[in-house]
Amino acid sequence: MAWWRRKKEPLERGKGDQKVSVPRGLWSKCDGCGEITYTDEFVQNLRVCPVCGHHHPMPTHERIAAMIDPETWELLDTELRSGDPLQFEDKKTYKSRIAKAERNAGSGDAFASGIGNIDGVPVSAGFFVFEFMGGSMGSVVGEKVTRVIERGVELKRPVVLFSASGGARMQEGILSLMQMAKTSAARGRLRDAGLPYISVCLHPTTGGVAASFAMLGDIILTEPRALVGFAGPRVIQQTIGQELPEGFQRAEFLLEHGMVDRVVSRLELREHIGALLRLLQNTPRRAEEARP
Amino acid sequence: MTNKVLDFERPILELEGKIRELKLLSAGSEEMASEISKLERKAQQLQKERFAKLSRWEQFQLAKHPDRPYTLDYIGELIDDFVELRGDRAYADDPAIVSGIGRFAGRSIVVMGHQKGRNTKENVYRNFGMARPEGYRKCQRLMRLADQFRLPLLCLIDTTGAYPGIGAEERGQSEAIATSLELMTRLRVPTISVVIGEGGSGGALAIGVTDRILMLEHAVYSVISPRGCASILWKNPEAERTAAEQLRMTAEDLSNLGICDERIPEAVGGAHRGLTVTANAMRTALSRHFDELASMSEEDRLNARYKKYRSIGHLEVAAQTGTPPTDE
Repeated sequence: MAWWRRKKEPLERGKGDQKVSVPRGLWSKCDGCGEITYTDEFVQNLRVCPVCGHHHPMPTHERIAAMIDPETWELLDTELRSGDPLQFEDKKTYKSRIAKAERNAGSGDAFASGIGNIDGVPVSAGFFVFEFMGGSMGSVVGEKVTRVIERGVELKRPVVLFSASGGARMQEGILSLMQMAKTSAARGRLRDAGLPYISVCLHPTTGGVAASFAMLGDIILTEPRALVGFAGPRVIQQTIGQELPEGFQRAEFLLEHGMVDRVVSRLELREHIGALLRLLQNTPRRAEEARP
Repeated sequence: MTNKVLDFERPILELEGKIRELKLLSAGSEEMASEISKLERKAQQLQKERFAKLSRWEQFQLAKHPDRPYTLDYIGELIDDFVELRGDRAYADDPAIVSGIGRFAGRSIVVMGHQKGRNTKENVYRNFGMARPEGYRKCQRLMRLADQFRLPLLCLIDTTGAYPGIGAEERGQSEAIATSLELMTRLRVPTISVVIGEGGSGGALAIGVTDRILMLEHAVYSVISPRGCASILWKNPEAERTAAEQLRMTAEDLSNLGICDERIPEAVGGAHRGLTVTANAMRTALSRHFDELASMSEEDRLNARYKKYRSIGHLEVAAQTGTPPTDE
């Protein structure tokens, strides 16, 4: 870092910065260090800040493009839609929430499942769509996760799941809770089939998703600073009535407590998964692949 | 007994009190005796009618009534020669869950269940029946033991939820629950869970992935507590009554949703007003289900269990027109 760059917080942050904000879209400001970069470059860099390395949230279509080899992705199970088994209504009806989420997220529900290659390895993969109701798991998500795993067994492919979810979807009540059992049961069958399952817990992975298949990977990876845990920080804070320690439930904390295998930069994640799958399946190293 | 009285219990309890007074006053008078027994029948009838139309919120109150029988009460009624087995062999013993072996109807069985406390001191010890990772890992140990010795497994569910604390997160609450879920789908022995009070989210499900899911008549089972749901969706915890209605969490709801396999009748007025009657009804139901499950082959049972959970969910199919919903 250059000597003239301020070590402390910039003089004006927060409100002040918003006032001088440039037209939306052209420039992007890092949530970590405040550095401003060209949005195009920023997206090119997988929304990782080129200065401080802060990992920003990533739309699911960009995530898929970054993790799956070009031209290999086949999106499946797109016909599945959520019903409204409880006729749930809070401030809005569940039906209207789904309709809105579908428009905003451009996805049929909170999960994209399919087959493709990761760093040359054919896999059955799934991605949570966090933009869709916080990636919450209802019947459709549970079904898609289960299908991804079952498809792995059927096609004899490793399974890779990228989770980002607030947990079970309240609007489907007990049916959402039971998706935890359903997906975990499927996970057991994959184990019996002797196929690898890599679980990537992205920011944030909590509740019923963390407490089921996401924590059942043969290998569990996460990205820097990602929050992964059972209860959300707010719930814990309310329960124990005291401040939570800095970095609590973050990737580095999980690594230290033995809950994940590795914290991997998004820029290396695809190759890392590929290398792990080849190691697990005892297949040769890629020609261009460097030794770890 | 805490003698806590819920609003909807009060009229009946008052009526019963009056009847008791009358009994004392009448002291052996034949005429009065027939009047009194008439009144008693009427009180019973009133109670039945009132309890048949409890709102979901009232059911929820009843499910966590402080006088409601807990796991150890049912173990006392149903299990002979019970020996508690403790500890997860890795970190600690979690008193929020009681587990052990004993005999049910003469046959060895592994039993486990959440255990709430009756008073403050007990509740501190039992952590209000909210288990930490070591509790679930103790259960895993006992589940493996059941599998190894081919003993059926009975799980009694009664918890607000898994404990949300710093230590619980540090020791992997989600991993502990997740591992329990998978393990339960793979056990080769007959497994039954009974929700005896509160079935609270993942902390309940962690001992609930069984061949049969039974519920006591006034028990509830939900993905989230009404209060938690209210504070997230209504942004106001006071909306919990409304949330309780929306969540469809009663035994009747779960039967209608195809999750609960059988509702077990409780004593009139709730299990806390008749433990033995309730436990007897439970015994009958358990025997029947265990017999059914025991008559199946291991493979059939495992396949049936997989299918049971595999088929849960409400799906709709969109008309497939044009481009898929995401652009990759």
